[in-house]
Amino acid sequence: MTKVLLPKLGEGIEKATLSYWYFKEGEKVNEKDDLVELTTDKATFNLPSPCSGTLTEILFHEGDTVNVGEVLAIIEG
Amino acid sequence: MDFRVFDLGLVDFQKAWQFQKEIFTKVKIGKFDSGIILCRHYPVITLGRLANRDNILASEQELSSKGIQVHKIERGGDITYHGPGQLTIYPIINLNYFKKDIHWFLGQLEEVVIDFLSDFGIKGERHNGLTGIWVDKKKIASIGIAIRNWITFHGLSINIKKDDLSNFRLIRPCGMDIEMTSIESVLNKKEAFPPKSRLAGRKRFMAKEEVII
Repeated sequence: MTKVLLPKLGEGIEKATLSYWYFKEGEKVNEKDDLVELTTDKATFNLPSPCSGTLTEILFHEGDTVNVGEVLAIIEG
Repeated sequence: MDFRVFDLGLVDFQKAWQFQKEIFTKVKIGKFDSGIILCRHYPVITLGRLANRDNILASEQELSSKGIQVHKIERGGDITYHGPGQLTIYPIINLNYFKKDIHWFLGQLEEVVIDFLSDFGIKGERHNGLTGIWVDKKKIASIGIAIRNWITFHGLSINIKKDDLSNFRLIRPCGMDIEMTSIESVLNKKEAFPPKSRLAGRKRFMAKEEVII
């Protein structure tokens, strides 16, 4: 089981808004696939999938605010 | 560092959007390290990822009679307008070579605009912690970017000509009630310079490619 965390994004940035999921729960993902997009200030950025497996759980949805270090999703390998 | 500058001139937004993606891919596969695209757009409205369509104030009929298309795109920020009186710049920068810090990069873009304006004797400023550059509390440059695998695209536009500003009334720029200004308005005269040559002529650029797309 791999937890997908919101990593550090830069000095002074503690949170971001989830703006787009590229996959749905239950779908298969490959390592390095674009998994989710977030927005902070005037920038959108992507998080690539850290591993290959099934996206078993999505913990934040589009429009939600996520803090750095929080778990966005769980992937089972 | 292999840095390319592409000057597209006056170009349709969608064509330039496609061109950005091509340059992005070339930077991603390491064909060159980073690129900067300079252009001007035919009138167009773009909506950022979290934009609210209610910020389009004009009716669909009004937009279509003016030939203005609306595009929903993957950049940050709300709504904006682009026209031929602006210099629009798309920096395709691989931040893996610089600093993986979104705030830092946005700050660098703001510095570029402040620097550019100072060439005209204009003092550009940050305002209330909002991204973008302002002159006397009016907005002169807007910023909205996207980052994928720490490579940037989309970018910024600087209002150069006066004539285009009236089209900002079709929208609520950035979702806020703000007033826009331009270099011409601030200088209160017609500027005789072609903005692209002024920017592209700077020493810091190592190569320049004229592109017709």
